[in-house]
Amino acid sequence: MNGLRKLVDNIKPNFEKGGKFEKLHSTFEAFETFLFVPNKVTFKGSHIRDNMDMKRAMSVVVMALIPALLFGMWNTGYQHALSTGQEYTLMEAFWFGFLKILPIIIVSYVAGLGVEFIFAQIRHHEVNEGFLVSGMLIPLIVPVDVPLWMVAVATIFAVVIGKEVFGGTGMNIVNPALTARAFLFFAYPSHMSGDKVWIEGMAGGEGIVDGFSGATPLANAASGLMDKLPSTWDMFLGIIPGSIGETSTLAILLGAIFLLYTGVGSWKIMLSFFAGGLAMGLILNGFATDTNPYMALPAYQHLLLGGFAFGGIFMATDPVTAAQTERGKWIYGFLTGFIAILVRVLNPAYPEGVMLAILLMNVFAPLIDYYIIQGNIKRRLKRAKVAA
Amino acid sequence: MSKTIKIRKGLDIKLKGKAEKTLQTVEQSDFYAIKPTDFPGLTPKMDVKVGDEVKAGSPLFHDKYKENVLFTSPVSGKVSAINRGERRRILEIVVEADGKQEFEAFTHGDAGTMSREQIKDNLLKSGLWPFIRQRPYGIVANPADVPKSIHISGFDSAPLAPDMDFILQNQMSEFQKGIDALAKLTDGKVHLNLNGENTASPLKKTNAVEQTLFEGPHPAGNVGIQIHHIEPINKGDIVWYINPQDVVFVGRLFETGHYNVERIVALAGSEVTKPQYYRTMMGASIEPLVSKNVADGDLRYISGNVLTGTHIPKNGFIGFYDSLITVIPEGNYYEMFGWALPGIGKYSTSRSFFSWLTPNKEFKVDSNFHGGERAFVMSGEYDKVFPMDILPVPLIKAILAEDIDKMEQLGIYEVIEEDMALCEFVCTSKIEVQSILRKGLELMIKELG
Repeated sequence: MNGLRKLVDNIKPNFEKGGKFEKLHSTFEAFETFLFVPNKVTFKGSHIRDNMDMKRAMSVVVMALIPALLFGMWNTGYQHALSTGQEYTLMEAFWFGFLKILPIIIVSYVAGLGVEFIFAQIRHHEVNEGFLVSGMLIPLIVPVDVPLWMVAVATIFAVVIGKEVFGGTGMNIVNPALTARAFLFFAYPSHMSGDKVWIEGMAGGEGIVDGFSGATPLANAASGLMDKLPSTWDMFLGIIPGSIGETSTLAILLGAIFLLYTGVGSWKIMLSFFAGGLAMGLILNGFATDTNPYMALPAYQHLLLGGFAFGGIFMATDPVTAAQTERGKWIYGFLTGFIAILVRVLNPAYPEGVMLAILLMNVFAPLIDYYIIQGNIKRRLKRAKVAA
Repeated sequence: MSKTIKIRKGLDIKLKGKAEKTLQTVEQSDFYAIKPTDFPGLTPKMDVKVGDEVKAGSPLFHDKYKENVLFTSPVSGKVSAINRGERRRILEIVVEADGKQEFEAFTHGDAGTMSREQIKDNLLKSGLWPFIRQRPYGIVANPADVPKSIHISGFDSAPLAPDMDFILQNQMSEFQKGIDALAKLTDGKVHLNLNGENTASPLKKTNAVEQTLFEGPHPAGNVGIQIHHIEPINKGDIVWYINPQDVVFVGRLFETGHYNVERIVALAGSEVTKPQYYRTMMGASIEPLVSKNVADGDLRYISGNVLTGTHIPKNGFIGFYDSLITVIPEGNYYEMFGWALPGIGKYSTSRSFFSWLTPNKEFKVDSNFHGGERAFVMSGEYDKVFPMDILPVPLIKAILAEDIDKMEQLGIYEVIEEDMALCEFVCTSKIEVQSILRKGLELMIKELG
């Protein structure tokens, strides 16, 4: 440890102003602070500071994503085996998925952090940790067959347009990971939807078992094929086709427990998000007819399908793009869940509504906050008048 | 019966090194200083030169814009230095004590028979006036105002805070005299806000005050929080406040006619060998207190508490309003992967550390910054430790945007740095909440006068 510290101290002058690698200052700083919590001490204001910092907050979220990631790796292998009629052991399935998904993660991190480092250098900032989470979210919300170059392009687009143009982490309006997904969804729809993309190798068509359909449950439901839906238990466990990390509600709940335990994720948003989804599901149930069997899908099953749970736990709760006032969080979460199911069932063009609902509500979150703040201002003014 | 107000939001940071309730007398310091930097927004105008002889109560400098507000010497002796900082800003006026402690003579007698103007005049001339501060802004009160009321917080809830009951227990008659004098300065009430969890407080016997009890975690003892819950400040209101030990000074003035600022301070913190209370004086050098009483290593000496105090050197001086000296370790070390380790034994409000499992454990906390400054990312953190009907983050953002109207609407009149210090402590983004707030307050003073 001391040796490493000495090495860092030795090469540090090269990266300071006037040094050989001055242009890499932010990059160096990012790595240095990654290795060591800096020796910076407080010099004004409070003399002591909480041990919590952005790196830790972000790593908590990344850790919360790990169950979903591991399950996604296994499920990728499992679904592939199913489609090709092979038998994989647990480890074989996992290993298969691991080899498919690792490159996506690497590409996402390299592309995104590359952009972050460049912007940090231009702006003379420290590198923001926000992308640690986005970089992990992006691989989890794409289909496994997505070409790597698309991941790179979408990530760069999302970091530049979704975040850096607004000033970086903390200033962005919409969730960067969802921006990447929305970009892919609208720019390369054939790679982001349909029956073939969710299972590795299916688009190639080789060795696929005759009559095997790779359609997600949501796509089936949207086309009225209610008898093809998996059992509730399978939905909950996540043994269904879908984006890499979104399928297993169980794995996502494990992450949610961790987020709630550490207090990093907002329970208000999570709870109201699920309440909103459930409410819309029940309303639709009430209007269900024989001609539209989708509307009769039990409301609780909506919560288990598609990206609903994943979006509600990991993406709607992004503290930057969600509502930031405590009351606003209730409204924001509820409406996001509500609209997600509305889009999902009643819109024929998109089989999944969570992404669009969260992006939409990201845009409206500042408006919600505005009204909550105005409410506070009015209450305070009223108090002044009563006193006078 | 007095009313009880429960504060639910806040945070008690339990630190090692709480002062034991024993009172120690050490040899008095040779050097004393008044620091104009203790008074936000003040422009000092010197009344003495280096080498001048002064008595306790002789003016050292005055407020350039309110010439009757004098700042006087705590001891008799000789002005030994006027230390200046950047752009020749005056930092300290140091007086070397002659050991004789001669007092200037001011009026004394029963405050009950004096007029408001006489009392005001006596406080101004003696130099006790600056102990009275006003809300909004937390600056020295303007003698031309008549406040809506006067508030005194009878307890301090900050980390390692001194026990006011212990300090005041043998000074209650002076305290009552001080209250009687102060009561004349307002048409409203004098509020004495006490700790509801402490039923045996000697302060409960104080007469002629409105007593309100407060329960709950820090900042329940902050006068700003108390005012907010009793009679919130609206635009145009002026409320005065004064620390309880300084009320005793006022009492002494009316009893003896002397500017006698002898004060009991607590010396606390994890690096103090024997944390306890000391009889010393406002403005005294802390050297005699700490010279043989602290651990080895790189230490930070703070006049005040760890959240709001002033960083002073080892031979620095006790601040004008402070009754506490805290000594903690400096945090100027590197910690490999410190952000990723489980963090056992580290204090944090976040449950990603394990300190929440041992809520009664006292922690040793150093001055490390624990990360780098970022934009606002996490939300709802400030709200948990800020017990006012004010939205802290929008207020800070309004200040950063220098939007006077918004600052006013969002409640800047009600807060000063100490009220939001916990927000700064818990902030994951390490935002300098207190200095941002002070900038906002300075802007308000400049724009609205």
